[in-house]
Amino acid sequence: MNWLQQLINGFGLGSIYALIALGYTMVYGVLRFINFAHSDVLMLGAFAAFFLAPKVEGFVPRQSYAGALLILVLAAAVCAVIGILIERLAYRPLRNRPKLTVLITAIGVSLFIEFSCQHRAIFGAQTRPFPKLLPEHTFHVGELTIASYDIMVPLVTMVLLVILWFVVQRTRIGTAMRAVAYNHQAACLMGVNIDRVISFTFGLGSALAAVAGILYALKAPGIEPLMGIQPGLRAFVAAVLGGIGNLPGAVLGGLVLGLLETFAGGIPGISNYRDGIAFAILILILLFRPAGLLGRAQVEKV
Amino acid sequence: MNIALRLTIVGLAATCLVGIGCNKQPAADVIKVGEFASLTGKEANFGNSSHQGTLLAIEELNAAGGVLGKKLELITEDDLTKAGEPATVVNKLISRDGVVAVLGEVASSRSLEAAPICQQNKIPMISPSSTNPEVTKTGDYIFRVCFIDPFQGTVMANFATKKLKAKKVGIFTDVKSDYSKGLAKFFKESFVASGGQVIAELDFNGGDKDFKAQLTSIKSAGPDAVFVPGYYTDVALICIQAKQLGLNVPLFGGDGWEGEDLVKIGQDAVEGHYFSTHYHPDVGSPKSTAFVEAYKKRWKNADGSPKVPDAMAALGYDSAMILADAMKRAGTMDGTKVRDMLAATKDFDAVTGRITINSQRDATKSAVILQVKGGTFKYVETINP
Repeated sequence: MNWLQQLINGFGLGSIYALIALGYTMVYGVLRFINFAHSDVLMLGAFAAFFLAPKVEGFVPRQSYAGALLILVLAAAVCAVIGILIERLAYRPLRNRPKLTVLITAIGVSLFIEFSCQHRAIFGAQTRPFPKLLPEHTFHVGELTIASYDIMVPLVTMVLLVILWFVVQRTRIGTAMRAVAYNHQAACLMGVNIDRVISFTFGLGSALAAVAGILYALKAPGIEPLMGIQPGLRAFVAAVLGGIGNLPGAVLGGLVLGLLETFAGGIPGISNYRDGIAFAILILILLFRPAGLLGRAQVEKV
Repeated sequence: MNIALRLTIVGLAATCLVGIGCNKQPAADVIKVGEFASLTGKEANFGNSSHQGTLLAIEELNAAGGVLGKKLELITEDDLTKAGEPATVVNKLISRDGVVAVLGEVASSRSLEAAPICQQNKIPMISPSSTNPEVTKTGDYIFRVCFIDPFQGTVMANFATKKLKAKKVGIFTDVKSDYSKGLAKFFKESFVASGGQVIAELDFNGGDKDFKAQLTSIKSAGPDAVFVPGYYTDVALICIQAKQLGLNVPLFGGDGWEGEDLVKIGQDAVEGHYFSTHYHPDVGSPKSTAFVEAYKKRWKNADGSPKVPDAMAALGYDSAMILADAMKRAGTMDGTKVRDMLAATKDFDAVTGRITINSQRDATKSAVILQVKGGTFKYVETINP
């Protein structure tokens, strides 16, 4: 039964990675660059919920699903605005510069957010207790113990994946996103408003990050300005593993990484090397499938 | 922006920096004491408690006329709970501020970083509450005013066998922390020697957020109790996830558990668990009662209520008092003489009990065991060495 329990643990952890990876992969799909500030928007999402929760509790009962949903939506909206602002201020002026310039800028934005938020006047560097937004239940199935949290996170991830897929494949703005991803000059000539499409992509990605941040904070209810770094790094790897730019791939990559980490972490004696083991396996997978699990290999024309 | 304007701005900025750097004139009539503490970051509770205790001691000493006719000035540096930072700030305290002694840290890993620097400069350093034995082994200028982990490990091993009636335990160690690794080792030695069995040993990295993989392994081994020698932020998350996994056995640990955030983050998941520490305000000498009153008057919680001191605060206070006592007996600020007098400290009446510095420059003291109950730390028992 032990391995079945670890499977459940791994799914719970992997779903979080998957959710974060969705944001990375979507921005990459449209703009071909990694938005390293994504993990910090995640942190800002958790903090937004932290500050919103006491205010929302004023008119919605504590630990109710309606209240949690309201907080989630509000925090996602806050982060969407932040994401759009980051793109407008930091990335847009560099859009026609070499990709490396934008990449370094993304790292700069990430460090800027992390360390300015550690300042006393903003959030401060201490860990803060994150409120319980939902009632907690534990289900027992035989010897298995399943926390309501471990059911909720995969569920939320799947629902968001379906919504995202629908937005990208079936809506007007989604068609525009794909057009920009395919060839942004041609899209421009066809009358697609590129600025709007890119702003929308960042808004959507950042809203996803906010949801992931809140779910992550519910799992580990101590939040601090550097909380995004660890899961952000793993999610980035998950996105690459799944095939960067591919939405279902990001989810698959996240789940694989979560499961690997959990199984490696459960073995006495080597639990300390859980990341080492997980990442060694990732390297092996990428050796055989360099474009990722679901990614398509692209031939670079010279 | 034209070049002239840019140059002006750069010039102004440089002037400001130089100005800030120079405004501290060395005053001959004060004694500078350095302190480094984790005022922010993951273990901010430790640093703040310890700092508040230390500052209270310095203020009381100054109100009573200072030491050797001079006032004490406490220069505090924040090490941000980050590895690498203690070396930087302690170097700054010694070379730029010219402190005559250094007080700090709570966490052993960070004390171990600063100790060689103090030793090299022949500046006495007193750690208020680092319990790893290696800290004072660094050299003869390094002292502490608390017990060490071989004792704490034995105390918790006895507690596990006698009070918890545990025969099989799991151990969950933070491999990033010298404190955690040391305490786990001493606990295991002592527990096995008294006939107990360690059935699962798993590791985590301080700062991890997911512990379910390891906890599932521990649970499937079927322990009677689990020893978690970690720091309070990690421990709180471990308790939450242990509860989610239905690992319903007592968890217990050492003095690293004692931070108010343990309860704030862990809430009902930390209820009923035990840890050992140095001091509890409910039990103590008249000296301790006076300290608790003074501390409550001086420091407030975030909500404005008087703050009750914890072990880190009491030890911070004691570290400053012991230093002042040694300075008085030395009659000078000279590092070597102060060191000699510190080493000769005998039966000093401190808040956390009588302190005698032994030949390893450690204090031999009793430990208390506390239980988390109703959101506060309740006194269970005192264990003498």
